[in-house]
Amino acid sequence: MDLILSGGRIVDPSQGLDAVGDLVIGDGRVVDIRLGGASGTRSAPSGAINLTPHHIVMPGCVDVHCHLREPGQEHKETIATGSASAAAGGFTTVLCMPNTDPPIDSAAVVSLVLRRAAEAKGARVIPLAAGTQGMGEERLSEMADLVECGAAAITDDAFPIQSSATLRRVMEYCRMLGVPFVAHCEDKSLTQGGCMNEGEVSAVLGLRGMPAAAEEIALARNILLARLTGVHLHVAHVSTAFAVDLVRMAKRTGVRISAEACPHHFSLTDQAVADSGYDTATKVNPPLRTRQDVEAVKRGLADGTIDCIATDHAPHSAEEKDVEYQFAPFGMVGFETALALTFTELVEPGHLEPMRAVECLSSAPARIFRLDCGTLRPGSRADVTVIDTQREWVVDREKLLSRSKNTPFHGRMLKGLPVLTVVEGRVVHSVLEGM
Amino acid sequence: MALRRRHILSLQEMDAEEIRFILDTADSLREILSRPIKKVPALRGRTVCTLFYEPSTRTRTSFELAAKILSADTISISPSTSSVVKGESFRDTLLTLQAMGTDLFVIRHQCAGAPLFATKIVNVPVVNAGDGMHEHPTQGLLDMLTLRGVKGRLEGLNIAIVGDIAHSRVARSNAWGFTKMGASVRIAGPPTLLPPELEITGAKIYDRLEPAIEGADVVYVLRIQRERMDSGLLPSLREYTRLYGITPERLHRLAAPGAIVMHPGPMNRGIEIAPEVADAGYCVVTDQVANGVALRMALLYLLLGGANGPKE
Repeated sequence: MDLILSGGRIVDPSQGLDAVGDLVIGDGRVVDIRLGGASGTRSAPSGAINLTPHHIVMPGCVDVHCHLREPGQEHKETIATGSASAAAGGFTTVLCMPNTDPPIDSAAVVSLVLRRAAEAKGARVIPLAAGTQGMGEERLSEMADLVECGAAAITDDAFPIQSSATLRRVMEYCRMLGVPFVAHCEDKSLTQGGCMNEGEVSAVLGLRGMPAAAEEIALARNILLARLTGVHLHVAHVSTAFAVDLVRMAKRTGVRISAEACPHHFSLTDQAVADSGYDTATKVNPPLRTRQDVEAVKRGLADGTIDCIATDHAPHSAEEKDVEYQFAPFGMVGFETALALTFTELVEPGHLEPMRAVECLSSAPARIFRLDCGTLRPGSRADVTVIDTQREWVVDREKLLSRSKNTPFHGRMLKGLPVLTVVEGRVVHSVLEGM
Repeated sequence: MALRRRHILSLQEMDAEEIRFILDTADSLREILSRPIKKVPALRGRTVCTLFYEPSTRTRTSFELAAKILSADTISISPSTSSVVKGESFRDTLLTLQAMGTDLFVIRHQCAGAPLFATKIVNVPVVNAGDGMHEHPTQGLLDMLTLRGVKGRLEGLNIAIVGDIAHSRVARSNAWGFTKMGASVRIAGPPTLLPPELEITGAKIYDRLEPAIEGADVVYVLRIQRERMDSGLLPSLREYTRLYGITPERLHRLAAPGAIVMHPGPMNRGIEIAPEVADAGYCVVTDQVANGVALRMALLYLLLGGANGPKE
């Protein structure tokens, strides 16, 4: 046997399993789950990693939304550093966005990313690809080539397609190819020049706002185009209360739709921009919204309207962020704080049961993107994350494995730490003692 | 009493007592301006750097004059806006100027929050001379100084601020400042230039002029910029003038007897303010300018001089 994780609380939504036991891994696969009493009442198998019931052993976390910056912006992140950072955050598979330089809009670039990914030593990396050439508004990319070459889905993240006609054509191809279209919902004519949520805080700070309606209008349009084309629409980073309502309504009416929310959108409000003194680490798109929006996102995650949690990990170098707020790029790193924020902000206060949190982080994203992971069923790929739910720790940006340090959570005390990450049976990250 | 802060960044963060102390200091320094030789040695050997990323005549001149009257040396830098995008960063510019011996920065910048950003880079006092659409605290203070001089008090006054509120740092600073001093503030402008969220300052919001200036002791007129029309926020300046222009007729019909008119300048005569109003005795624009020098002398003195009040 390669690896036995013994005495932890095994939580696997794909089997409805929540019990203490041993997880047995061999040859990169889950071999067996042996349920047993609380640790201490039975003897751990020799050579096993000993865990306790406050260690949750779960299917490896899947992040369907991150930016790894390679090729072209390796000063922010590389596939290697991003993969390591993701593993440290408990992620075993991550889907990276195509807004690289050049963008991932050709089979050649998909292949390049996959080659680099094969060399990376942490989380598995799978690219998403652009639906239009150059992530523009005009010409479709060769989506069949992109998907056959290994892209998990098609997206317009970072450069939302404004033309409904173009988007319709992209969606029609996605439907044919059987992959989701991942939509960044933003009506750019309403967000021009904006750098934070439009509201009381932006009015006082004198920063140009991005109204919630800009996200909601684009989302409503995209839902209507999904109805028209029959595509599976996956909505990236839902951040407003009414957007949650729109997704809920679309699901009720039978639209093929799924949605994700980011930890910063359920952990911070736009007040953070003021409280931090215009700290550019708080600048993100969609922007940090209001208390009411944060509560709606939490409810959406709890009731299943929002299917999963994704990081939108968006690294930027210090010199790019250490400028005037208006001039700073959007985005924050997220891999290494996502699990802890989920447990601190959602599980600990009782918004989400542990089972639902695990689902949001692993089995749901795997199911949405039809990935061969997200479960601990015997025989399946041995991607496993262990989180110590009792461990309190303070975020220190200097200790992040990501090449970039742009986190708004620096100095924040969180509860819950990913202590072990296993990718296809191989330990890629561990802070467990004795390992 | 001494100033409780090292930087002047906004009026939102000041309280009434602190504002009163600054205004009192300015009142006591104003006398220097009427001397035949307008020079005192209070800040001899100190260097004040005015770093302006936006064009400005009166604010910059006012600061430099204030510094010179107090015998400080001044250097004035106007990096071209393009150098922000390519070339030296704001951060490096600040560090360079600090290394040359700057004792105090006066910063105007098109980005809200830039002076606050500067305080995290340099270890000398920073005065905000206007940052984007955020605040222009020294304008707010000189306006309070002027109004207190004319009316004898700020408390209980009805003040209407009229114009392009959305883009105005002056409106924000004055709304915070006047309400803190016990005045009641109304804010009026076209709905496209009026963020309703500014009620948080304590001001009341009006999208029509008439109810806003009814019974007002002060009508504070903001400059309207032609580019607002080009960017589709206003149908035309002609219509703006018809709806929001301050005319003698409107003032006499609606404002309180003895009402005064203020404007931060430069004025667009015939657009936001009728020429007859601009030239009338009740328009105190030149008082504002004169008070600007005294007020900035007070701030430089308090930030760089001593804690014991003026010696000269």
